[in-house]
Amino acid sequence: MTSTDREVTVEQCPGGPLLVRGADIIRDAEGTAHDVTRPLVAVCACGKTGRPPWCDGTHKALRRPT
Amino acid sequence: MLLPQPRGPISHGVVRLLKDDRDEPAALTGGDEGDLQDDDLQLALWMLFELHYRGFADVPAGREWDLDLLRLRAELQERLEQELRSRTATAVAEALTVPEADFPERLTALIDAADGPSVAGYLQRDATRDQVVDFMRQRSIYHLKESDPYSFVLPRLEGAPKTALAELQYDEYGAGQPHRLHQTMFGDALEGCGLDREYGAYIDQASALTLATSNVASLFALQRRLRGAALGHFAAFESTSSVPCRKIARGIRRVGLPDVVAAYFDEHVEADAVHEQVAVRHICGALVEQEPALAEDVLFGAAACLAVDALAGERLLASWASSDSPQGESSLMRAAASPTSG
Repeated sequence: MTSTDREVTVEQCPGGPLLVRGADIIRDAEGTAHDVTRPLVAVCACGKTGRPPWCDGTHKALRRPT
Repeated sequence: MLLPQPRGPISHGVVRLLKDDRDEPAALTGGDEGDLQDDDLQLALWMLFELHYRGFADVPAGREWDLDLLRLRAELQERLEQELRSRTATAVAEALTVPEADFPERLTALIDAADGPSVAGYLQRDATRDQVVDFMRQRSIYHLKESDPYSFVLPRLEGAPKTALAELQYDEYGAGQPHRLHQTMFGDALEGCGLDREYGAYIDQASALTLATSNVASLFALQRRLRGAALGHFAAFESTSSVPCRKIARGIRRVGLPDVVAAYFDEHVEADAVHEQVAVRHICGALVEQEPALAEDVLFGAAACLAVDALAGERLLASWASSDSPQGESSLMRAAASPTSG
Protein backbone atom coordinates (compact mmCIF):
# COMPACT_ATOMS: atom_id res chain seq x y z
CA MET A 1 0.00 0.00 0.00
CA THR A 2 1.40 3.43 -0.85
CA SER A 3 0.98 6.52 1.30
CA THR A 4 -1.38 8.02 -1.28
CA ASP A 5 -4.08 5.38 -0.87
CA ARG A 6 -3.75 5.22 2.90
CA GLU A 7 -6.98 6.14 4.65
CA VAL A 8 -7.46 6.86 8.32
CA THR A 9 -10.97 6.43 9.68
CA VAL A 10 -12.34 7.60 13.01
CA GLU A 11 -15.49 6.32 14.72
CA GLN A 12 -16.93 7.89 17.85
CA CYS A 13 -18.35 5.23 20.17
CA PRO A 14 -21.28 6.75 22.12
CA GLY A 15 -20.11 7.41 25.67
CA GLY A 16 -16.78 5.75 24.86
CA PRO A 17 -13.51 6.20 22.97
CA LEU A 18 -12.67 7.14 19.38
CA LEU A 19 -11.84 4.07 17.31
CA VAL A 20 -9.05 4.99 14.91
CA ARG A 21 -8.15 2.70 12.04
CA GLY A 22 -5.13 3.01 9.76
CA ALA A 23 -3.04 5.51 11.75
CA ASP A 24 0.71 5.08 12.34
CA ILE A 25 1.07 7.76 14.99
CA ILE A 26 -1.34 9.56 17.31
CA ARG A 27 -0.12 13.05 18.26
CA ASP A 28 -1.58 14.39 21.52
CA ALA A 29 -2.44 17.99 22.46
CA GLU A 30 1.09 18.58 23.78
CA GLY A 31 2.54 17.47 20.45
CA THR A 32 3.91 14.16 21.74
CA ALA A 33 3.80 11.36 19.15
CA HIS A 34 2.51 7.93 20.26
CA ASP A 35 3.22 4.95 18.02
CA VAL A 36 0.24 2.87 16.94
CA THR A 37 1.00 -0.83 17.30
CA ARG A 38 -2.34 -2.41 16.31
CA PRO A 39 -4.62 -2.10 13.30
CA LEU A 40 -7.37 -0.47 15.32
CA VAL A 41 -6.81 1.64 18.43
CA ALA A 42 -9.17 3.21 20.99
CA VAL A 43 -8.23 6.80 21.78
CA CYS A 44 -9.57 8.28 25.03
CA ALA A 45 -12.41 10.74 24.51
CA CYS A 46 -13.46 11.30 28.14
CA GLY A 47 -10.11 12.78 29.24
CA LYS A 48 -9.91 10.57 32.34
CA THR A 49 -7.76 7.68 31.11
CA GLY A 50 -4.76 6.58 33.14
CA ARG A 51 -2.86 5.66 29.95
CA PRO A 52 -3.18 8.66 27.62
CA PRO A 53 -3.82 8.86 24.76
CA TRP A 54 -5.32 5.36 24.88
CA CYS A 55 -8.70 4.39 26.32
CA ASP A 56 -8.44 2.26 29.47
CA GLY A 57 -12.15 1.87 30.17
CA THR A 58 -12.32 4.65 32.80
CA HIS A 59 -15.30 6.24 30.98
CA LYS A 60 -17.47 3.46 32.40
CA ALA A 61 -16.92 4.72 35.93
CA LEU A 62 -18.20 8.13 34.74
CA ARG A 63 -21.45 6.80 33.28
CA ARG A 64 -22.20 4.26 36.00
CA PRO A 65 -24.95 5.58 38.32
CA THR A 66 -23.89 5.72 41.95
CA MET B 1 -1.77 -33.11 28.16
CA LEU B 2 -2.78 -36.39 29.73
CA LEU B 3 -6.34 -37.20 30.85
CA PRO B 4 -7.22 -35.65 34.21
CA GLN B 5 -8.21 -37.61 37.31
CA PRO B 6 -11.96 -38.37 37.29
CA ARG B 7 -14.00 -36.66 40.00
CA GLY B 8 -17.14 -38.81 40.03
CA PRO B 9 -19.25 -41.24 38.01
CA ILE B 10 -19.76 -39.04 34.92
CA SER B 11 -16.12 -38.05 34.44
CA HIS B 12 -15.08 -41.61 35.28
CA GLY B 13 -17.41 -42.88 32.53
CA VAL B 14 -15.97 -40.37 30.05
CA VAL B 15 -12.38 -41.39 30.86
CA ARG B 16 -13.30 -45.05 30.30
CA LEU B 17 -14.93 -44.29 26.95
CA LEU B 18 -11.96 -42.14 25.91
CA LYS B 19 -9.60 -44.98 26.69
CA ASP B 20 -11.84 -47.27 24.63
CA ASP B 21 -12.50 -49.35 27.69
CA ARG B 22 -16.10 -49.96 26.57
CA ASP B 23 -18.60 -49.47 29.29
CA GLU B 24 -22.05 -47.96 29.54
CA PRO B 25 -21.77 -44.21 30.11
CA ALA B 26 -22.52 -43.34 33.71
CA ALA B 27 -25.99 -42.28 34.76
CA LEU B 28 -26.24 -38.52 34.95
CA THR B 29 -26.64 -37.17 38.43
CA GLY B 30 -26.23 -33.63 39.67
CA GLY B 31 -25.11 -31.97 42.88
CA ASP B 32 -27.43 -29.91 45.07
CA GLU B 33 -25.88 -26.63 43.99
CA GLY B 34 -26.62 -27.03 40.29
CA ASP B 35 -24.53 -28.10 37.36
CA LEU B 36 -22.25 -25.06 37.31
CA GLN B 37 -20.71 -26.09 40.62
CA ASP B 38 -20.73 -29.81 39.92
CA ASP B 39 -17.06 -30.87 39.68
CA ASP B 40 -17.85 -34.21 38.10
CA LEU B 41 -20.15 -32.86 35.39
CA GLN B 42 -17.96 -29.86 34.52
CA LEU B 43 -14.84 -32.02 34.24
CA ALA B 44 -16.67 -34.55 32.06
CA LEU B 45 -17.88 -31.81 29.75
CA TRP B 46 -14.48 -30.15 29.70
CA MET B 47 -12.85 -33.41 28.54
CA LEU B 48 -15.49 -33.90 25.84
CA PHE B 49 -15.01 -30.36 24.54
CA GLU B 50 -11.23 -30.66 24.74
CA LEU B 51 -11.30 -33.34 22.02
CA HIS B 52 -12.10 -30.47 19.60
CA TYR B 53 -9.17 -28.32 20.77
CA ARG B 54 -5.74 -29.88 21.49
CA GLY B 55 -6.90 -33.26 22.81
CA PHE B 56 -5.07 -35.63 25.14
CA ALA B 57 -1.80 -37.45 24.49
CA ASP B 58 -3.31 -40.67 25.89
CA VAL B 59 -6.51 -40.57 23.78
CA PRO B 60 -6.64 -41.56 20.05
CA ALA B 61 -7.46 -38.47 17.94
CA GLY B 62 -10.32 -40.29 16.22
CA ARG B 63 -12.40 -40.32 19.40
CA GLU B 64 -13.32 -36.69 18.67
CA TRP B 65 -16.25 -38.02 16.62
CA ASP B 66 -17.14 -41.11 18.67
CA LEU B 67 -20.93 -41.43 18.71
CA ASP B 68 -21.23 -42.52 22.35
CA LEU B 69 -19.11 -39.58 23.46
CA LEU B 70 -21.08 -37.16 21.27
CA ARG B 71 -24.37 -38.48 22.66
CA LEU B 72 -23.18 -37.97 26.22
CA ARG B 73 -21.86 -34.52 25.33
CA ALA B 74 -25.25 -33.58 23.89
CA GLU B 75 -26.99 -34.56 27.14
CA LEU B 76 -24.54 -32.62 29.32
CA GLN B 77 -24.71 -29.61 27.00
CA GLU B 78 -28.47 -29.59 27.21
CA ARG B 79 -28.34 -29.56 31.01
CA LEU B 80 -25.82 -26.75 31.10
CA GLU B 81 -27.73 -24.68 28.55
CA GLN B 82 -30.99 -25.07 30.50
CA GLU B 83 -29.35 -24.01 33.75
CA LEU B 84 -27.80 -20.97 32.07
CA ARG B 85 -31.11 -20.00 30.43
CA SER B 86 -32.97 -20.13 33.72
CA ARG B 87 -30.24 -18.19 35.57
CA THR B 88 -30.23 -15.41 32.97
CA ALA B 89 -33.92 -15.17 32.03
CA THR B 90 -34.56 -12.01 34.08
CA ALA B 91 -31.47 -10.14 32.87
CA VAL B 92 -32.26 -10.97 29.23
CA ALA B 93 -35.94 -9.96 29.58
CA GLU B 94 -34.91 -6.64 31.14
CA ALA B 95 -32.40 -5.92 28.37
CA LEU B 96 -35.04 -6.61 25.73
CA THR B 97 -37.35 -4.00 27.25
CA VAL B 98 -34.84 -1.10 27.43
CA PRO B 99 -36.89 1.56 25.64
CA GLU B 100 -35.74 3.08 22.32
CA ALA B 101 -32.31 1.54 22.44
CA ASP B 102 -30.33 0.27 19.47
CA PHE B 103 -28.86 -3.19 19.93
CA PRO B 104 -25.34 -2.17 21.04
CA GLU B 105 -26.98 0.05 23.69
CA ARG B 106 -29.11 -2.85 24.95
CA LEU B 107 -26.08 -5.10 25.15
CA THR B 108 -24.00 -2.43 26.89
CA ALA B 109 -26.82 -1.78 29.39
CA LEU B 110 -27.00 -5.48 30.23
CA ILE B 111 -23.22 -5.69 30.72
CA ASP B 112 -23.07 -2.47 32.79
CA ALA B 113 -25.90 -3.68 35.04
CA ALA B 114 -23.98 -6.81 36.07
CA ASP B 115 -22.80 -6.55 39.61
CA GLY B 116 -20.39 -9.35 40.44
CA PRO B 117 -17.89 -9.31 43.31
CA SER B 118 -14.60 -7.63 42.44
CA VAL B 119 -11.89 -10.27 42.36
CA ALA B 120 -9.73 -7.68 40.57
CA GLY B 121 -10.24 -5.16 43.39
CA TYR B 122 -9.21 -7.78 45.95
CA LEU B 123 -6.15 -8.75 43.91
CA GLN B 124 -5.21 -5.09 43.56
CA ARG B 125 -5.36 -4.23 47.27
CA ASP B 126 -5.45 -7.26 49.55
CA ALA B 127 -4.38 -10.56 47.99
CA THR B 128 -1.27 -12.36 49.20
CA ARG B 129 1.33 -13.46 46.69
CA ASP B 130 0.08 -17.05 47.05
CA GLN B 131 -3.47 -15.96 46.26
CA VAL B 132 -2.31 -14.13 43.13
CA VAL B 133 -0.48 -17.28 42.06
CA ASP B 134 -3.60 -19.33 42.88
CA PHE B 135 -5.60 -16.98 40.65
CA MET B 136 -3.10 -17.43 37.80
CA ARG B 137 -3.26 -21.20 38.16
CA GLN B 138 -7.06 -21.21 37.87
CA ARG B 139 -6.97 -18.74 34.98
CA SER B 140 -4.49 -20.93 33.07
CA ILE B 141 -7.30 -23.34 32.16
CA TYR B 142 -8.95 -20.77 29.93
CA HIS B 143 -6.16 -18.34 29.08
CA LEU B 144 -3.87 -20.95 27.52
CA LYS B 145 -6.61 -21.33 24.91
CA GLU B 146 -7.81 -17.76 25.20
CA SER B 147 -10.28 -16.74 22.48
CA ASP B 148 -9.88 -20.08 20.65
CA PRO B 149 -13.57 -21.03 21.16
CA TYR B 150 -14.74 -18.04 19.11
CA SER B 151 -12.63 -19.07 16.11
CA PHE B 152 -15.13 -21.91 15.65
CA VAL B 153 -17.80 -19.28 15.00
CA LEU B 154 -16.05 -17.63 12.03
CA PRO B 155 -17.24 -19.97 9.25
CA ARG B 156 -20.82 -19.59 10.51
CA LEU B 157 -20.89 -15.86 9.82
CA GLU B 158 -20.91 -13.75 6.71
CA GLY B 159 -20.15 -10.16 5.83
CA ALA B 160 -19.46 -7.44 8.40
CA PRO B 161 -19.56 -9.48 11.65
CA LYS B 162 -17.19 -12.04 10.12
CA THR B 163 -14.69 -9.34 9.13
CA ALA B 164 -14.90 -7.80 12.61
CA LEU B 165 -14.47 -11.15 14.42
CA ALA B 166 -11.47 -11.99 12.20
CA GLU B 167 -9.92 -8.62 13.02
CA LEU B 168 -10.41 -9.13 16.74
CA GLN B 169 -8.97 -12.64 16.60
CA TYR B 170 -5.97 -11.38 14.58
CA ASP B 171 -5.15 -9.12 17.52
CA GLU B 172 -5.76 -11.92 20.08
CA TYR B 173 -3.45 -14.14 18.04
CA GLY B 174 -0.57 -11.65 18.15
CA ALA B 175 -1.20 -9.51 15.03
CA GLY B 176 1.42 -11.44 13.07
CA GLN B 177 3.96 -11.69 15.91
CA PRO B 178 4.07 -15.06 17.69
CA HIS B 179 5.48 -13.59 20.90
CA ARG B 180 2.41 -11.32 21.12
CA LEU B 181 -0.02 -14.25 20.90
CA HIS B 182 -2.08 -13.73 24.05
CA GLN B 183 -1.92 -17.43 24.96
CA THR B 184 1.88 -17.26 24.74
CA MET B 185 1.96 -14.07 26.81
CA PHE B 186 -0.09 -15.87 29.46
CA GLY B 187 2.39 -18.76 29.37
CA ASP B 188 5.21 -16.23 29.93
CA ALA B 189 3.22 -14.82 32.86
CA LEU B 190 2.77 -18.30 34.37
CA GLU B 191 6.52 -18.89 34.14
CA GLY B 192 7.08 -15.54 35.83
CA CYS B 193 5.01 -16.87 38.75
CA GLY B 194 7.10 -20.04 38.89
CA LEU B 195 4.22 -22.07 37.42
CA ASP B 196 4.14 -24.64 34.62
CA ARG B 197 3.17 -23.06 31.28
CA GLU B 198 2.17 -26.32 29.65
CA TYR B 199 -1.39 -26.45 28.33
CA GLY B 200 -3.66 -28.18 30.85
CA ALA B 201 -0.92 -28.54 33.49
CA TYR B 202 -3.31 -27.54 36.30
CA ILE B 203 -6.43 -29.31 35.12
CA ASP B 204 -6.54 -31.49 38.26
CA GLN B 205 -6.52 -28.34 40.43
CA ALA B 206 -9.19 -26.51 38.44
CA SER B 207 -12.40 -25.80 40.33
CA ALA B 208 -15.82 -26.64 38.89
CA LEU B 209 -16.44 -22.98 38.15
CA THR B 210 -13.05 -22.56 36.46
CA LEU B 211 -14.00 -25.48 34.22
CA ALA B 212 -17.49 -24.03 33.74
CA THR B 213 -16.03 -20.69 32.58
CA SER B 214 -14.23 -22.52 29.80
CA ASN B 215 -17.13 -24.91 29.11
CA VAL B 216 -19.72 -22.18 28.61
CA ALA B 217 -17.59 -20.61 25.86
CA SER B 218 -17.23 -24.02 24.17
CA LEU B 219 -20.93 -24.84 24.63
CA PHE B 220 -21.89 -21.76 22.62
CA ALA B 221 -19.04 -21.67 20.13
CA LEU B 222 -19.21 -25.31 19.03
CA GLN B 223 -22.89 -25.15 18.10
CA ARG B 224 -23.96 -23.14 15.04
CA ARG B 225 -27.43 -22.83 16.57
CA LEU B 226 -25.87 -20.84 19.42
CA ARG B 227 -23.62 -18.55 17.32
CA GLY B 228 -25.44 -15.49 18.65
CA ALA B 229 -24.85 -16.59 22.24
CA ALA B 230 -21.17 -17.26 21.46
CA LEU B 231 -20.65 -13.73 20.20
CA GLY B 232 -22.63 -12.19 23.07
CA HIS B 233 -20.44 -14.20 25.44
CA PHE B 234 -17.31 -12.88 23.74
CA ALA B 235 -18.60 -9.29 23.95
CA ALA B 236 -19.31 -9.58 27.69
CA PHE B 237 -15.92 -11.19 28.27
CA GLU B 238 -14.08 -8.41 26.42
CA SER B 239 -16.21 -5.66 27.98
CA THR B 240 -15.40 -6.74 31.53
CA SER B 241 -11.67 -7.05 31.01
CA SER B 242 -10.02 -3.66 30.56
CA VAL B 243 -10.69 -2.10 33.98
CA PRO B 244 -10.16 -5.36 35.96
CA CYS B 245 -6.88 -6.01 34.11
CA ARG B 246 -5.59 -2.61 35.21
CA LYS B 247 -6.33 -3.51 38.84
CA ILE B 248 -4.86 -7.00 38.54
CA ALA B 249 -1.64 -5.59 37.05
CA ARG B 250 -1.34 -3.27 40.07
CA GLY B 251 -1.89 -6.19 42.46
CA ILE B 252 0.76 -8.25 40.69
CA ARG B 253 3.31 -5.45 41.07
CA ARG B 254 2.25 -4.87 44.70
CA VAL B 255 3.07 -8.47 45.72
CA GLY B 256 6.40 -8.27 43.90
CA LEU B 257 5.86 -10.69 41.04
CA PRO B 258 8.02 -9.92 37.97
CA ASP B 259 6.98 -7.49 35.23
CA VAL B 260 6.39 -10.29 32.72
CA VAL B 261 3.38 -11.34 34.83
CA ALA B 262 1.90 -7.83 34.86
CA ALA B 263 2.71 -7.38 31.14
CA TYR B 264 -0.05 -9.77 30.13
CA PHE B 265 -2.62 -7.68 32.03
CA ASP B 266 -1.13 -4.36 30.83
CA GLU B 267 -1.58 -5.57 27.25
CA HIS B 268 -5.23 -6.35 27.98
CA VAL B 269 -6.04 -2.90 29.39
CA GLU B 270 -5.38 -1.36 25.99
CA ALA B 271 -6.32 -4.27 23.77
CA ASP B 272 -9.66 -4.92 25.43
CA ALA B 273 -10.66 -1.26 25.40
CA VAL B 274 -10.60 -1.74 21.62
CA HIS B 275 -11.98 -5.29 21.59
CA GLU B 276 -14.96 -4.30 23.72
CA GLN B 277 -16.09 -1.76 21.14
CA VAL B 278 -15.41 -4.11 18.23
CA ALA B 279 -17.26 -7.00 19.90
CA VAL B 280 -20.30 -5.00 21.00
CA ARG B 281 -20.70 -2.81 17.92
CA HIS B 282 -18.95 -4.33 14.91
CA ILE B 283 -19.59 -7.99 15.75
CA CYS B 284 -22.80 -8.25 17.81
CA GLY B 285 -24.41 -5.06 16.47
CA ALA B 286 -23.74 -6.10 12.88
CA LEU B 287 -24.90 -9.68 13.48
CA VAL B 288 -28.24 -8.57 14.91
CA GLU B 289 -28.68 -6.12 12.03
CA GLN B 290 -28.31 -9.08 9.64
CA GLU B 291 -30.32 -11.52 11.74
CA PRO B 292 -32.65 -9.68 14.14
CA ALA B 293 -33.96 -13.00 15.47
CA LEU B 294 -30.56 -13.60 17.12
CA ALA B 295 -30.86 -10.56 19.42
CA GLU B 296 -32.16 -12.57 22.36
CA ASP B 297 -29.43 -15.21 22.06
CA VAL B 298 -26.69 -12.57 21.92
CA LEU B 299 -28.05 -11.11 25.17
CA PHE B 300 -28.34 -14.62 26.62
CA GLY B 301 -24.69 -15.35 25.84
CA ALA B 302 -23.56 -12.10 27.44
CA ALA B 303 -25.72 -12.66 30.53
CA ALA B 304 -24.42 -16.24 30.85
CA CYS B 305 -20.81 -15.02 30.78
CA LEU B 306 -21.54 -12.45 33.49
CA ALA B 307 -23.52 -14.90 35.67
CA VAL B 308 -20.78 -17.54 35.64
CA ASP B 309 -18.10 -14.89 36.25
CA ALA B 310 -20.02 -13.52 39.22
CA LEU B 311 -20.48 -16.98 40.72
CA ALA B 312 -16.84 -17.90 40.10
CA GLY B 313 -15.68 -14.63 41.66
CA GLU B 314 -17.91 -15.14 44.69
CA ARG B 315 -16.58 -18.66 45.27
CA LEU B 316 -12.96 -17.63 44.74
CA LEU B 317 -13.19 -14.77 47.24
CA ALA B 318 -15.05 -17.00 49.72
CA SER B 319 -12.41 -19.71 49.41
CA TRP B 320 -9.64 -17.19 50.07
CA ALA B 321 -11.52 -15.69 53.00
CA SER B 322 -11.91 -19.09 54.65
CA SER B 323 -8.54 -20.62 53.83
CA ASP B 324 -4.98 -20.59 55.01
CA SER B 325 -4.04 -21.83 51.51
CA PRO B 326 -1.18 -24.27 51.97
CA GLN B 327 1.48 -24.21 49.27
CA GLY B 328 0.76 -26.20 46.15
CA GLU B 329 -2.89 -26.86 46.86
CA SER B 330 -5.52 -24.64 45.35
CA SER B 331 -7.80 -23.21 48.00
CA LEU B 332 -10.60 -23.43 45.45
CA MET B 333 -10.31 -27.17 45.13
CA ARG B 334 -10.74 -27.52 48.86
CA ALA B 335 -13.70 -25.15 48.79
CA ALA B 336 -15.23 -27.18 45.98
CA ALA B 337 -14.78 -30.37 47.97
CA SER B 338 -16.62 -28.96 50.98
CA PRO B 339 -19.34 -26.61 49.73
CA THR B 340 -20.26 -25.46 53.25
CA SER B 341 -16.91 -23.70 53.59
CA GLY B 342 -18.16 -20.91 51.28
